[in-house]
Amino acid sequence: MILIPCPWCGPRNVSEFRYADEAKVRPDPNATTPERWRTYLYMRDNPAGWTTEKWFHRAGCRRYFTLERDTVSNAVRAAEASREV
Amino acid sequence: MRSATVQTRMPMRLGPQPGEVIDRHRPFTFTWNGERYPAFAGDTIISALAASGERVFSRSFKYHRPRGLLTASFLDPGCVVQVNDEPNVRGSHRRVEPGMIVSAQNAWPSLRFDAKSVNRFLGRFLPPGFYYKTFIKPQRLWPAYEKVLQRFAAGGRTFPDSPHGYYDKRYAHPDIVVAGGGPAGMAAAVAAAEAGARVILVEEEYELGGHLRWGSEDELGALRELRDEVARTPGIEVLTNSVVNGRYDGNWVAILQRNLPHVEERLIKARAKVLVVAPGLIERPYVFRGNDLPGVILSTAARRLINLFAVKPGERAVVLTANADGDAAVADLERAGVEVARVEDARRGGDIIGARGRNGVRMVECGDGSRVECDLLVTATGWTAPTSLLNMAGDRPVYNPTAARFFPSRPSDDVLATGGISGDGSLDELLAHARATGQEAARRALKVGSALRAGVPRRVDVEEPPDMPPIEIPELPVVEHPELFQGRTDGIVDFSEDISSKDIVAAAKEGYDSVELMKRYTTATMGPTQGKLETVNAVAILARATGKTIEETGTTVWRPPYAPITLGALAGRNFEPVRYSPMQPWHERHGANPMVAGAWIRPEHYGDPESEARNVRENVGLIDVTPLGKLDLRGPDVPKLLNLLYVNQWNTLEVGKVRYGVMCAEDGVVLDDGVTGRLGPEHYLMTTTTSGAATVWEWIESWLQTEHPDWQVHVTPVTDAYASINIAGPKSRELLLRVAGDVDLSPEAFPYMNVRTGTVAGVEGCFMWRIGFTGELSYEVHVPAAYGLYVWEKLMDRGADLGVKPFGIQAQRILRLEKGHLIVGQDTDGLTGAYSAGLSWAIKLYKEDFIGKPELSWQSECDNSFQLVGLQPHDGSVVPPEASQIVEGENEIAGRITSSCMSPTLGRSICLGFVAPHLAEPGTSVTVLLPNGERTTARVMEYLAHFDPKGERQRG
Ligand SMILES: [Zn+2]
Repeated sequence: MILIPCPWCGPRNVSEFRYADEAKVRPDPNATTPERWRTYLYMRDNPAGWTTEKWFHRAGCRRYFTLERDTVSNAVRAAEASREV
Repeated sequence: MRSATVQTRMPMRLGPQPGEVIDRHRPFTFTWNGERYPAFAGDTIISALAASGERVFSRSFKYHRPRGLLTASFLDPGCVVQVNDEPNVRGSHRRVEPGMIVSAQNAWPSLRFDAKSVNRFLGRFLPPGFYYKTFIKPQRLWPAYEKVLQRFAAGGRTFPDSPHGYYDKRYAHPDIVVAGGGPAGMAAAVAAAEAGARVILVEEEYELGGHLRWGSEDELGALRELRDEVARTPGIEVLTNSVVNGRYDGNWVAILQRNLPHVEERLIKARAKVLVVAPGLIERPYVFRGNDLPGVILSTAARRLINLFAVKPGERAVVLTANADGDAAVADLERAGVEVARVEDARRGGDIIGARGRNGVRMVECGDGSRVECDLLVTATGWTAPTSLLNMAGDRPVYNPTAARFFPSRPSDDVLATGGISGDGSLDELLAHARATGQEAARRALKVGSALRAGVPRRVDVEEPPDMPPIEIPELPVVEHPELFQGRTDGIVDFSEDISSKDIVAAAKEGYDSVELMKRYTTATMGPTQGKLETVNAVAILARATGKTIEETGTTVWRPPYAPITLGALAGRNFEPVRYSPMQPWHERHGANPMVAGAWIRPEHYGDPESEARNVRENVGLIDVTPLGKLDLRGPDVPKLLNLLYVNQWNTLEVGKVRYGVMCAEDGVVLDDGVTGRLGPEHYLMTTTTSGAATVWEWIESWLQTEHPDWQVHVTPVTDAYASINIAGPKSRELLLRVAGDVDLSPEAFPYMNVRTGTVAGVEGCFMWRIGFTGELSYEVHVPAAYGLYVWEKLMDRGADLGVKPFGIQAQRILRLEKGHLIVGQDTDGLTGAYSAGLSWAIKLYKEDFIGKPELSWQSECDNSFQLVGLQPHDGSVVPPEASQIVEGENEIAGRITSSCMSPTLGRSICLGFVAPHLAEPGTSVTVLLPNGERTTARVMEYLAHFDPKGERQRG
């Protein structure tokens, strides 16, 4: 079981969290096309390697945050934006 | 001192041994296959039986050959027995207890006369891949095959009536877990604890000490010293009869603990900062003709029997030795009074060609062809490094021909190895390696601890100790050992699965020439010993058959669990939280039939749901709707949030008003619905479905936190903070008037779809809203939870003359179906778009943005999906069950019934259902296929509501 570094609570067991999808940008709902919108809804990059994900600390602070995870090794680190802060 | 009576009853029991673990002051008896046997406390089941001269403990899996003890350890493949109602007990590990009832498994009708031993002569019909080849076709015979195979399968008996044992779980956060409590494990644990680490030291056997326990005087002295050190060093938790069963990501270590009183097994989930793997070495059997006969044992088995249990393993022995442990076994045998008839020294060309006998060894053919009569053949032909836990951390062991065994190859940051698994050497060399490993483990663990603490946001910086330089771990020497796997004859490789060297060669010839393919095809290494005894031999034989080296062939990957674990331990104690409303005691006193609704227990009905429903239409009823999801929303931006979440318009909701809202997901599918009211300028109360309460809260937070962090909205779940009571029926206003305090309930002052805050039955701070899920005049009252039961009882009391009665979920479902109100999740599913569910009136596409807007605007342009409609069977006595299909022509699906019931108000059956667009016109007749195959017809209605479609009753 991997440890997830919650930016608010510190490292906790992954069982306290819910995976909340790949981090991605919601298209402008008033200017989108069916193709672009459905890509946003249904398509995932799912790379072998580092990927940026949203996680929800369900059994903790109940904050959503982004996290980088290596899907091959399961190594995790704070998302780039948070790391710079 | 020998006692004459005991000696006669335990003919193979020796006099006291310096390291024995039995307590001769505590003799008792137990039962083996229906007969009573003597034992001492501390004996294993098998050591006690061996002391009485028993030699056969099971029949082999495939050929039903007699099997005796081989390793005298947990792994002993021929010593799996039934104990009381527990099957598959490791008899060479489990301590025998007074009165234990032990029997042999896989030996029908008896151990001595085994009906299935005919398999021995049928051996040529059970080649590798037998199961695959023989039973593939025809498939219709599979059930028959299964019956036959079951009779031949190994395994004990289970008893469905056995009482449940108590199993438990524990979460632990040590700095270091040391797997293995031999000399290296003990030394590493002590060194780590002295360096400031908190250590859990795990040993599979009942005592710490490993091979020192059956060693020389000097080794016993070293053992006493090490045990003393472990005992007096603070920070070491010792778990014996426990095993590290797996290592997972982030050094999540599963420890199976079996030594707790009154707990069958406990699973410890330990987050170790560093795992030290020190399991020692497992002695490897030698492959030759007759190597599975009772009386053929490993040198470690002989030494365990003599030194730990004071059991003489035989009378006259031949020993094949290739190492110092084999030589020590010779000395032990001689000291125990066993006549050592021949020592074959493999380092000088000695070998064994075969062993013969019926139910045990009678004669051994030695390397030079000479034959020696004996009842015991002891082999010491090398070692297997149990690298499982290292494999689980990513290590791939590499074969070292000098030492004739595999070694770990990839060091890792958080898993270290020490002891025999890492190399050879004197005890002092091993202990030095282990101490350095323990110190280095502690250094790394403390560093990880600092990093973890640094990851926790805190107000004050904590001073962390400075990093220490790495500890140098000395290299252990590798001692030369002859490569001995298979002699000149064929024999058993996998004792659990009855796989011979011939089977592996045959598999290689058939093309199963990689180790992983051979394993799966022959099932070698897949039995109860899981490769710990047989993997290296199997690899070596495969390598020879394919003309490759052992290095090239490689080994199989060891995966968790290391040792068998019960399902009970995995499940642990059963925790199932249940939620009750504050009114539950009243419901129970009044005959409520409980119903599970998500995490809640709710009244399904109070005996007669149809009369409960009628009473709501005629008088007044109370329903406990506490499980409704309730969210308190505050802040200036709540209207923006509501506009985003719901498909309908929320800018215009005035203080004191409530509105029904529909939420969709981004794909335009209906997600949840409920009523939201505006209690104050910046204060709203949202209700959700009971099952959607948790999801909607997470959903709202997701939008607020990730898409609109600038919005000023605060969300608080208040589902359990308020008890919720719906007062429904034409007399509801009259009833509420009797208890309401400061709120004007007149229709002019408090109209339909309004909310008021005030006092109910003297309880301040209640919310009342006028809505109508049942279609009647009704008030939903949300009372601070602590007063819920009081207010409920007050309402029941004051409404007695009005005919007030409680009603349950079932009556509510009847009432809402009469009114055609859909239930999200019952009348909709994961594909139901909002237009399809008849909610077009609510969808405001002109809004700037809301969740699902693009999909809904495309749906509005071309909606050809099924439509939710009201349906009435032409035969009003027929209630088509929910999920009945609506069909056209030759059973082409054209819709389905989503809800149906007999309406007590209308005296006929009513339904909601989806129909294809061309059938949605009111008045259309559709065909409904009932589950029993019969058909009935139903009429599509003008409204979803079957009763009071204009909604006049609820507005009154
Ligand atoms: Zn958190």
